[in-house]
Amino acid sequence: MVSELINANPVVYEKKERRDRGSRAVLDEYAAEPIDQLEIFDHIRDIKDPEHPYSLEELKVITEDAVDVDDQRSYVRVTFTPTVEHCSMATVIGLCLRVKLMRSLPSRYKVDIRVAPGSHATEAAVNKQLNDKERVAAALENPNLVDMVDECLAPSYA
Amino acid sequence: MGGTPAIQYVIHIESYVSSSSSEAQQAASVDAIAVLLKNDLLSLETLVREMEMYLTTTDNIIRSRGILLLGELLMRLMSKPLGDTAISSLIEFFTERLADWKALHGALVGCLALLRRKTGTGMINRSQAKAVAESYLKTLQVQSLGQQDRKLCLQILECLLDRYRDALFSLGDDLVYGICEAIDGEKDPQCLMLIFHIVELLAQLFPEASGPLENFAGDLFEILECYFPIHFTHPKSDDVDMKRGELSRALMLAFASTPLYEPSVIPLLLDKLSSSLPSAKVESLKYLSYCTLKYGGDRMEKYTKSLWSALKDALFTCPQSTLSEDSDPIDGLGFHESEIMTQALELLQVLVRQHNDSFLSLILGDGDISTFLNSFSQFDDFNSLSTQYKQRLHAVGHVLSVCIKASGSSCNKVFESFFPRLVDALRLSVENSHGIVHSTLDANFNFGALYLCVELLAACRQLVVSSDEVASAHDLARDSWCQILRSFCTSLCNVFFCLIRASCVESTWNAYVYAAVKGLEILGTFPGSFISVSKLMYENILLTLTSIIESDFNKKFLWKAALKALVEISLFVNKYHEDEKAAIFNSIVKQKIVSLISSDDLNMPQSLKLEAIFDIGLTGKSFMHSVVSELEKTISANLSEILVHGDRRLAGLTPGLLECYSNKVLPWFHGNGGADEVSLSFAINIFTKMENNSSLSLEAKGKELLGAAMAAMKQAMTGCSVESQEKVLQKAIDVMETSSFFLSNDLILGTDLFNKNTQLGQTSEGLSCRDEWITSLFASVVIALRPQTQIPNIRLLLQLLAMTLLEGHIPSAQALGSLVNKLPLNISEDCSLEELIDTLFKNVMWRNISIGKEGNDGGAVAMSNPRLNSLNSHAVIGFAWIGKGLLMRGHEKLKDVTMTFLNCLVSNEDQGNLLPFNDQMKDPAKHKVLCLRKSAADAFHILMSDSDACLNRNYHAIVRPLYKQRFFNIMMPMFLSAIVKCDSSTSRCFLYQAFAHLVSETPLVAVVGDAKKVLPVLMDCFLILSKDISHKEIIYSVLIVLSGILTDKNGQEAIIENAPMVIRRLIELTSYPYVMVIRETAIQCLGAMSELPHARIYPMRTQVLQAITKALDDPKRVVRLEAGFNCIKEYSLLKARIAPTCKPRWDCVDKQACYYIHMLHPCKWGCQTWCFNFNMRKWSPEKGGRPRVFGSCSSINVLANGTSTQAINHIRLV
Repeated sequence: MVSELINANPVVYEKKERRDRGSRAVLDEYAAEPIDQLEIFDHIRDIKDPEHPYSLEELKVITEDAVDVDDQRSYVRVTFTPTVEHCSMATVIGLCLRVKLMRSLPSRYKVDIRVAPGSHATEAAVNKQLNDKERVAAALENPNLVDMVDECLAPSYA
Repeated sequence: MGGTPAIQYVIHIESYVSSSSSEAQQAASVDAIAVLLKNDLLSLETLVREMEMYLTTTDNIIRSRGILLLGELLMRLMSKPLGDTAISSLIEFFTERLADWKALHGALVGCLALLRRKTGTGMINRSQAKAVAESYLKTLQVQSLGQQDRKLCLQILECLLDRYRDALFSLGDDLVYGICEAIDGEKDPQCLMLIFHIVELLAQLFPEASGPLENFAGDLFEILECYFPIHFTHPKSDDVDMKRGELSRALMLAFASTPLYEPSVIPLLLDKLSSSLPSAKVESLKYLSYCTLKYGGDRMEKYTKSLWSALKDALFTCPQSTLSEDSDPIDGLGFHESEIMTQALELLQVLVRQHNDSFLSLILGDGDISTFLNSFSQFDDFNSLSTQYKQRLHAVGHVLSVCIKASGSSCNKVFESFFPRLVDALRLSVENSHGIVHSTLDANFNFGALYLCVELLAACRQLVVSSDEVASAHDLARDSWCQILRSFCTSLCNVFFCLIRASCVESTWNAYVYAAVKGLEILGTFPGSFISVSKLMYENILLTLTSIIESDFNKKFLWKAALKALVEISLFVNKYHEDEKAAIFNSIVKQKIVSLISSDDLNMPQSLKLEAIFDIGLTGKSFMHSVVSELEKTISANLSEILVHGDRRLAGLTPGLLECYSNKVLPWFHGNGGADEVSLSFAINIFTKMENNSSLSLEAKGKELLGAAMAAMKQAMTGCSVESQEKVLQKAIDVMETSSFFLSNDLILGTDLFNKNTQLGQTSEGLSCRDEWITSLFASVVIALRPQTQIPNIRLLLQLLAMTLLEGHIPSAQALGSLVNKLPLNISEDCSLEELIDTLFKNVMWRNISIGKEGNDGGAVAMSNPRLNSLNSHAVIGFAWIGKGLLMRGHEKLKDVTMTFLNCLVSNEDQGNLLPFNDQMKDPAKHKVLCLRKSAADAFHILMSDSDACLNRNYHAIVRPLYKQRFFNIMMPMFLSAIVKCDSSTSRCFLYQAFAHLVSETPLVAVVGDAKKVLPVLMDCFLILSKDISHKEIIYSVLIVLSGILTDKNGQEAIIENAPMVIRRLIELTSYPYVMVIRETAIQCLGAMSELPHARIYPMRTQVLQAITKALDDPKRVVRLEAGFNCIKEYSLLKARIAPTCKPRWDCVDKQACYYIHMLHPCKWGCQTWCFNFNMRKWSPEKGGRPRVFGSCSSINVLANGTSTQAINHIRLV
């Protein structure tokens, strides 16, 4: 495992309050609820940081504004900000985001995951790696990585 | 003694002493020997002789084991009588062994066992105890021992001090010194517990001041001092807190054990009180209270000044009370009292009681308090008061209350010095210079004075109440506080009234209003007749509070406070039996409040009226009785208005009254007795009303009113005794006889009504309004009857109900069900239940059908009868309720009912008719039959489900245990065979509906028991019923049953057997368009199924994944969430167990450099990752990582077929 933490002392922020979507009793049975920014954010906010026992939301790696979604055109873009520039965990975080969204969104969606511009030393390389289907698929067959990803995703299914 | 036990015990001894045997074996050996000894199969003497070698050997280990065995045995033989010689030789042995430090443990155990023996079973005598103590003091170095041994040593000491005082007394200084030595520096909590107790016992041993203890008091205290306050630096478990409390208490007892400690203890405690640690403060205060009591007034005299200044510090300077979160002020200021505050006040009370005048003068003469009181006029507006000021006010209020509560004389002093000043300050803020009360209040009201006044009054009242029950008027009158209060009472009341009048809706006034109302409440509940509060004032108070209730309902806070005050005053009047006050209370409050019910004042909301009446009514039975009679009067007056004139306004109000009556008032009478008369008069009253009104016209709101009236009637009847029920029933029957249908059809008792009048069902168009009312009320009476109640003219009654039932009147059906449920088996000599039921069946079900093959016996009818379509679907519903009554009591006639339903479901009328369901619906005749069959299917829902309206324990129904399970077990095979035989799709659909109702209402345990048989049918239910939107509720309840089966172990077996089918049905339901929860639950079930054995689930994997992926795009968010992640993950993981793949490494930048193959061994669940290194052109297993199962070469070949050709070549190389 990692012998030394890459960011040993991250800043922890407060969680945003969960917005209640209204009680289920009053729902109209046939009204459609399109996938929106908050729903995507709800999917990924509780993913655990690979290094620390905090959620990505608490570390401000992702925010609600960093999610762009277009339900009509089936497109999602998530921009995340690693806590430090040289963070080698960036790829793992990105992988977690991708896996979580892959498992939570309909297949019609194209998911685009990026590091926030200027927030990482090897931004281009990371972006390329995260959006390469073949390598992502490979990662998911690597038991070590899958274990790691599953551990990070475990608390996000509440 | 036989040879066998002898051999046995020797073996046991050896086993115990041997170091090779396990702990469990050793314990077993001790137990075995102890049993032998107890049963006298072995004498102690023989044993000791046999053990001689072990007890005296020079081998330390064996000797210590031997001695320990003896000690353990003695521990187990505590209750067995032993002879003096045995005791004396044993104690001698153990006393001597105390010096043997290498084998000490056994000696300690043995000593303790002997010391603890009770009289009657052979105790050690005084000189022996003294010898033990001497040996103990001489040889034992307690603090150098381990925790276990220390504990034993201390226990011995405790036991000696506790039980052999006389023996120890002569040891004097040596003993005290020895104890000091033994306990010095202890850290283990369990040992400390013992030590504190030992110190306490020691003080009891040498109680006089000039004893051995005097010389060592300083030393002993020094040892104890360091433990205060008890605080664990390393809390380990949850029970630490409990232990901390115990330890702290034990230490307190030790501190207070002798006054000799006083010179050291009190300074220590005072010192710790000034610490900043809150727990230390609390502890100090607690100890101080206790020690003050124990040491006595004389010794404490010198500390009073320092104690008061310490207390003042704790209460004023840094009060830790916090503002409560609640918006309602709890005590006017809204402070939660802190633990420190509580303890400090307790200490204050102890001190005031102990030193009375001297301490009181300290308080009263205190500069800070008087400065604070003088500063009142500077802070007037409550809202501008700082928290600090409020805290001070709170503290001063509490200090003065404590002083007042301490005794009568202190009360006098406090009143004399403060009360006139406070009241004057109050008066000044209310009156202008000419002594005339302001009409309006400005914000400059002196809140501090108000608050303190109320606090003083409350404390004073508490003093009187808590002192002797019979504080005679004379005693009170003599007290000076009483005279002061009397003289200021009027002006105080005026201030309060003025405040209340000035209050407005805003919450800024709440603190004032609270204090004022509280003040009035206290004055209103002052004990001792009219000594301190004059009669006139009392009346004024009541008048004011009542007028608030009547008119100030907009000022919510004031209204609630006033209601609470009135309730308190009422409770007080009832409790203290002050007749004069009670009379005034009744004449002022009772009448006005009660008249609220009938008042026509529409401004005041009805809910508030009812709340006020009910809350005050709760305070006494007589009050509640007048409430009830007024309520009843109003209800019946309203009813006649509504029924005769159709008054719409009242029709809107009356249901509320009826609800209050049935939900609040009647249950109160059930709990407090007297329900019978109240209910009886209510019921009779209502029926009289109905009797007198010959015509009724009700439009809107009529249904609501009728519903409320029925509920009230049922509630009233449940509380009635058997005799009252009979009276009401008779009255109800009389009224029924005035109904129009009764008069129009010359009903002759005992004859078959329907044979005469076959036209009735077709011609009538439901009941008239009056008939509906009468019948509904009548049905309510019947529903709530007790089984013991005698029913006159039962045949007539059944016919009446049957007749109204056929008009579609459901309560009649429920009443019939209740009747057959409760009637005794033999009603009278010429009439049995069975016969009645037969008649009933005939009347309800077959009145238009010439009975077929079975004849006239009322048995199940074959629905192949061509005239089935003339049957009324109301009859089916009625029949269902009757069936429910039978089912619950377990009557065999139920069979006829269910067979009829079954026949109805499968009737082959449409045999050969292959028209689809919808086309059949178009034909009116067919439509009617279909409706009928639908009702028959729904009847199973009525049969099985629990009803609130009737047939439950509330309404005295006879309920046979496990009736649902029995019914399910009987019906299930019938349904299964009927479904198999059935060849018409329509019938099948109805059968499935009925079966679904049956299953979903049966307790899950029963269903799971037959899961294997039930499950296929349930799956067909889904298949067939999901086509029609009208069945969505049935589908949901069946789905719930399925999820129940899934969570049960037995159920899972059945599911595994039918896995493909279950999964297919669930997949269909994930896209069920009509109900979201069905889709959600279906997905949950699929998720749960992924845990089932892989081999059964795997084949369905692709389909499930497709379905769930589709559900990810569901219009509803909840469904998407459920489908997302977990469910997908479960099924995706199944994939990883099979397919080998060849992919580039995830983390290498150059995709070409390294490829990984993930492979699975198909037989063993595991995987192997192989890596192809392009530079070396070679495949090799990946190093590191977790251990995995290796595949054989052949499996690698097979697996590699899926990879690129290049890869295959290289794999072959391996």
